[in-house]
Amino acid sequence: MSARVVIAEDLHLLREGLVHLLRAHGFEVVAAVESGPELLKALTGERPDVAVVDVRLPPTFTDEGLQAALAARRAIPGLPILVLSQHVEQLYARELLADGSGAIGYLLKDRVFNTEQFVDAVRRVAAGGTAMDPEVIAKLLASTARHEPLAALTPREREVLELMAEGRSNAAISQRLFLSESAVGKHTASIFTKLDLAPSDDDNRRVLAVLAYLNAVRS
Amino acid sequence: MRRYAAATGRSLALGLLALTDMVLAAAVMLMIIFSFTLGLIFLFPPGARMLRRRTALARRLNGRLLGREIGPSYLPPPPPVRRQPDGWYRHDRQLYKTPRVPEWNNRWKWMFGDPATWRDLLWVTLNPLLGAALLLPAITIGYAVATARQGHPVALLLGLMAAAAVAVTPWLLRFYSWWNELLLGPTAKSLLASRIHSLNQAHLETADSQAAELRRIERDLHDGAQARLVAIGMTLGAVEALVETDPAAARALLGKAREASSTALTELRDLVRGIHPPVLSERGLGDAVRALALDSALEVKVTVDLETRPEPPVESAAYFSISELLTNAVRHGGGDRVWIDISSHQKSLRITVTDDGSGGADPARGSGLRGIERRLAAFDGVLAISSPPGGPTIVTVDLPHALAWEDGSDKRAQMPKWKWAIVGLGYGLGWLPLFPQGIVAAIMKIIEHENKSWFYILYLPEPLHWPLIIFNIALGIAMYGAAVLIPIQHSRERWMAEATPRRLWLHR
Repeated sequence: MSARVVIAEDLHLLREGLVHLLRAHGFEVVAAVESGPELLKALTGERPDVAVVDVRLPPTFTDEGLQAALAARRAIPGLPILVLSQHVEQLYARELLADGSGAIGYLLKDRVFNTEQFVDAVRRVAAGGTAMDPEVIAKLLASTARHEPLAALTPREREVLELMAEGRSNAAISQRLFLSESAVGKHTASIFTKLDLAPSDDDNRRVLAVLAYLNAVRS
Repeated sequence: MRRYAAATGRSLALGLLALTDMVLAAAVMLMIIFSFTLGLIFLFPPGARMLRRRTALARRLNGRLLGREIGPSYLPPPPPVRRQPDGWYRHDRQLYKTPRVPEWNNRWKWMFGDPATWRDLLWVTLNPLLGAALLLPAITIGYAVATARQGHPVALLLGLMAAAAVAVTPWLLRFYSWWNELLLGPTAKSLLASRIHSLNQAHLETADSQAAELRRIERDLHDGAQARLVAIGMTLGAVEALVETDPAAARALLGKAREASSTALTELRDLVRGIHPPVLSERGLGDAVRALALDSALEVKVTVDLETRPEPPVESAAYFSISELLTNAVRHGGGDRVWIDISSHQKSLRITVTDDGSGGADPARGSGLRGIERRLAAFDGVLAISSPPGGPTIVTVDLPHALAWEDGSDKRAQMPKWKWAIVGLGYGLGWLPLFPQGIVAAIMKIIEHENKSWFYILYLPEPLHWPLIIFNIALGIAMYGAAVLIPIQHSRERWMAEATPRRLWLHR
């Protein structure tokens, strides 16, 4: 059975583009809406397997989409939502991650250009995983760089941490960095020891632990 | 006891100083008369300058001795004469080789046309009279002492009068200070004039910085996104030509085009952030500053205490000021913690940015601070820096009219009943001590008229005559003065309250 998707985007062209793209990759688009209230209705009514949501939506053109997504997740905990935006903010990423239940994505709209990676991110979120934009992670790491345990990581470990924080599995990381999976496994183990985090085999839990750690260091 | 002694001392000093103004007033009057009747026009500016120096001293003393600061009341000085492109200096329709004559003309006009000059002159002319009044307590004491030495029995009564005079001295000084403020303080007109002057300045700076901003945006778009879109278009054209013959090359070009579009988007994103950060429009000042804090390399603690959301222009100015201050703290501060505090007090918005760095920030040097001041000027905002060597650096930004707030300034419009009572009393009874019991009695005394008639003073013992006559005249003048001046003073406040716009920039 194909995954059921709700799409919220106010620009007509982009909305149609997303609908086509996701249909072509075997998703079932159950609703494509263009405003905050409609989105909230669709999310709570349809209970989709995943939702692709733009932050800025009518009627107020502020963070309508984000608010609707957060409200829907309060009503249905763990509802998978991938948030798209023209700009990424650590502040919003924090709010999305705050409930700690995962199944969250936060990407720049540009990432849609790379169809393969975008669809992969949607699938990951639908499966309860995480997809954080590299830019969010870069900002997060840049502002935590001075803190003790993080400064002790080797450059390679930092690379692995970055990709892991974006929400990628060991397999995906090994592909990206041209390493063997076992080497990536070793790096992750070392990172978890250095950061004093409990190791976990579950990819999703691992990502959430890392993100929670980075956010905790900040505040 | 000490308070009264000090007050008497002050009134003696101020009174003696005021008596010397007779000379100054006469000199300046002569200079002005000569400058107009004999055409010795060059005498006017030095005369006016002398007046200004004397009144500047009076303003200073008023603050120092009488505890009431008086600001200067002059119109803003004329701007310096500009050299024309052809090297000449212009004044009206005449050209000059040096700026001296036009400068002199401007200064002359400025001094002559400023009502404050004539108010200064009036003050200096009347000041000896008030000075004489200020000397009264000291004179009464002296008179009482002299009478006591002669062993005259009314000395006791005179002593009581002296005590009474000393007791009212603080009130006398208060009246004097109020009088000084009335003539030397800024008038509504001069306040408005200097306000307009500073608004003009702020307006120019705002327009200037806006134009610069637009130029920067234009340049960024032209060299960035626009150029990249052209490149993408060209690449796509090449792809179109290649797609049949060499699909592999076409695919490579398409990859490049996609990369270029990503770069263009990144650049546009940065540009947008510089114009108006999206978080600011989405969430308001508090969250925008929090987002800023999260992105900073320092540990930043943000406290926001705002009841209402400020208007967007204010938010934007506040945001960019904070952003600049945070950048400064990162770049020059050398500390690792920053505290940002945003709070409102009635209608003013106050921001403090504190860092635990090494301090020693020089406001004169940083162009960033200048930029902040320019941004804030449009909203009457001010910037204060405290940065002792060794830190901490505390920067305070105050935007006094930033928030909507209803103040109770309408209450001042109505004159309270007791003020009306004083005015009525002054007009109704002021004549009584002044004329029959004061001036007329003095004349009777001078011509040594035998008939005492109904002048009560003349029935009293001899040594009391003059003190009481002077007291009566002073009382009469004071009553009339109060009756005339209280409404003026009051309506001036009212007028100022009405003439000062509460929110200056928004007329939606």
